[in-house]
Parts: sequence; structure tokens; C-alpha cells
Amino acid sequence: MDADLKMSVKQLNFFYDKFKALENISLDFYAGHVTALIGPSGCGKSTFLRCLNRMNDLIPKSRVEGKILLDNEDIYDCAVNVATLRSRIGMVFQKPNPFPKTIFENVAYGLRVNGIKDKTLIADRVTESLNQAALWDEVKDRIYDSALELSGGQQQRLCIARALAIKPEVILMDEPASALDPIATQKIEELIHQLKKMFTIIIVTHNMQQAARVSDITAFFYMGKLIETDKTDTLFTRPKLKQTEDYITGRFG
Amino acid sequence: MARFLQKELEKMKKMILSLGTIVEERVHMAIKAIETKNADIAARIIQSDHEIDEMEVEVEEECLKILALHQPVAVDLRFLIAVIKINNDLERIGDQAVNIAERVDILAKSKVHDVFFDYSQMAQKAETMLKNSLDAFVNLDIDLAFEILAMDDEVDNIKHEAYDLIKEEMKKQPDCIGYLINLLLISRHLERLADHATNIAEEVIYLIEGDIVRHGKALTD
Repeated sequence: MDADLKMSVKQLNFFYDKFKALENISLDFYAGHVTALIGPSGCGKSTFLRCLNRMNDLIPKSRVEGKILLDNEDIYDCAVNVATLRSRIGMVFQKPNPFPKTIFENVAYGLRVNGIKDKTLIADRVTESLNQAALWDEVKDRIYDSALELSGGQQQRLCIARALAIKPEVILMDEPASALDPIATQKIEELIHQLKKMFTIIIVTHNMQQAARVSDITAFFYMGKLIETDKTDTLFTRPKLKQTEDYITGRFG
Repeated sequence: MARFLQKELEKMKKMILSLGTIVEERVHMAIKAIETKNADIAARIIQSDHEIDEMEVEVEEECLKILALHQPVAVDLRFLIAVIKINNDLERIGDQAVNIAERVDILAKSKVHDVFFDYSQMAQKAETMLKNSLDAFVNLDIDLAFEILAMDDEVDNIKHEAYDLIKEEMKKQPDCIGYLINLLLISRHLERLADHATNIAEEVIYLIEGDIVRHGKALTD
């Protein structure tokens, strides 16, 4: 792989109390690339995604073993400030979750939380982020209206704009289009394609065609293990392992 | 969903094998026609080619439907692509049988009766290649598929022999040139027929291994 290594997961185990949800996962993520995580429900792909910005920290009795390096530094090191980490690794969730505030305030929120007070800077960053999220043209005349008035697809792009405003380096997406119609889904997918030039994107999706369309690399998880990872075009035309083939062709179970 | 797709793919396999059976039969008839210089057999081949053309269209339409509705991946995708390409090769083999029939028709009506070149060995090899390529497809037999690739060189060699011999004959009998050109063209048609059988074998290799072995080498990685 010629691209720059952005994140590197090394021999990761994750436990929910005594249950081992992830077993010995090693996987690299490259700048400028989209990596899709696929696998059946309960395979650990979302748990894995949430390990990448320490979203699982709050789960009682959970435990992490192994290393996750961001630019060669372990994100689980005790010196790491989790809030700073999450400003570097943003997240977009399955269901759009805008705050019950104006469109402007939704995007400005992360900046304000991070202590930015310069109004011009905030206004510029809101415009820039809405543009990057391909939403600006649709909302520019009503950015002081409530975000809850937007359609589902627009709300999801707003959430992406909110994540982009604090200029993250990595964006994690947990089934970002599963609650959207095909047109809104297409917009999100086009957006991912645009954004990967600037960010490292890691996406969990149940929709295999979506993984095939948007990602450069696909990783297949099953029962807490990483079964196979390869370039997406290779994995979807000639996977190396039968287990992967059985899953992507729907022969499972 | 997946089981539904499997049923559709099974149906495709049956359809392409039915086409294969008909094409094999036409090739067999064409070879018989060469051996016996029989214009009646030739006429039957020419008249019935439309059946192959119609089946080819039907197979292609079904494949396109499956691609659009099921968006298959991995082995299912490779299978469907293989069927689309084999379908095309079978139809072209049918055309070669027609071409041979047209040559035989001319030869049969000619006043020249000498046989200047014995095509039986070349025809038998080409026919075996077609049969084996379809067997390799049915049984996913990669060794058999590779054997067909090797046989293609043997057919090419006989074609060169035919060229040399018939060229010599042309020098000796310039008044029979029309007849000899038609005789020579049969070697061309048999060679093309064998090429299409080779294509089918290559598709079988792609289906099994995911490697494209056309043009004499695996192009992937």
C-alpha cells in the first residue's frame, strides 16, 4: 500500500465483562482511503469502530487489550486526553441526531465546546463545513431555522458537517445511510467519495453494495474476528476465503 | 434472497448447457458434411442457425435481468460473467458451423472431386475441444480446461499444414483455385471454432480461480 498509514490496530481484544467481543484484530487504515467494515449482526464491527475513538470507555466492565495507534501514538495511553482524541477522530451515527438547535448552532457546537469564541471564525467554519458536507446550497437561506425541520438525508449531512467543523483527521461512520432513502443515500455516498481526499474514513455498513461502491478497502468481520481484508474490488470479485465468499454471496447459515 | 439467486443461477446453467448441446450437434453435423461433402447436411445447418441465435439472445437477457435484480458478487458474479461470455462463444461456434456448411455446399456442387486435404484429424480435435470445454464448465474441472488451451496449438499447426499443402496444390492446378480457396477456408473456420472452445476454457478458469488467462498469461497481480 503506497498511502500513508493513519491508524494501526495491533492485536486488539475487547471484552464486555467476561465476553470477548473482539479477538486479536490487527488492521491498518490509510489516509485518503475509505475502509468498509462488513459482517453479520453481532460480528463486532460496530464494537470495533467504537474502540477507534474510545466510545466504549463508558461501558461498565469493558476492557481493551492491544494497541490502537493514531499517527503512531497509542490512543489508549493514559496521557491521552479523550476529548482531544475525539476531536481528531469524529463520528457519524446510524440515525441522524441533530441537536434541537438551529442549523448554524449544530455545526458551531463542536467549535464552541472546544473553546473557540471568534465569531467570524465560527461563521466561516460553519459555512465551510456545510459546503464540505454538500448541504450549504440547500440551507444557506435558513441556517437560523431549526435543524429538526430538515429531511432525514439533510439531517445526516448536517451531522457530517458538525463532525467536519472541528477538522478531524479520521471520520468514523456507523451505518450512516441505513435510515435514508436511495436518493439521500446516494448523496451521502458521493459525499464520502469527496471527503476521502481530506480525511481517513472508516465506515460500518450492512449494505454490501454500499461497501463495494464507497470503499477502497473492505474488512470482513465474523464472530469477533477479522476474517479477511483486501482491496474492495478484489474482495468482491475473488475473495480468498470461503467464509468471506459465503457471506458476501448470501450463502451464510 | 440468496437461495432465490441460486435458483436463478441454476436455471442459467441449464439454459447455457442446452445451447451447448445444440451447438455441439451443429458442429458434429458440419464435420460430417466435410467428410461426406454432403450438401443436404450443410443446408440443414444453415437453415437451423436461427435457433442458436434466438437462444443466445434469451440467455443474455436472462443474465442481464439477474445482474440488475440480484447484483451478484464473487463466485456468483464470476459465474454469470462466464455464462455471458460462453454464450457469445457458443453462438460464434454456431456461426462457424454455418460457414463450414457454406464452404461444403460449394465444394459439393463443384466438379472437382479430389480431396486435397484430410480435415478429419483437425475436425476431431476441434470437436473434442468444444466437448471438453463444456465438460470443464459443468464439472468445474480446471485441469481439463488447461488441457484445452494446449490442444489449441495442435489445431493451429494442422491449419498451417493445410495452408502449405493447398498452396502447393494451387500452383499445380490453377484452374481449381476457387475450389481450393473454399477448401482452405474450412481450415480457417475449424481453427476459429477451436479458438472459441479455448475461450470457453479460459472462462472456466476465470470462473474457478478468478484469474484472467487470456492472451497467454494471467493478467491479475
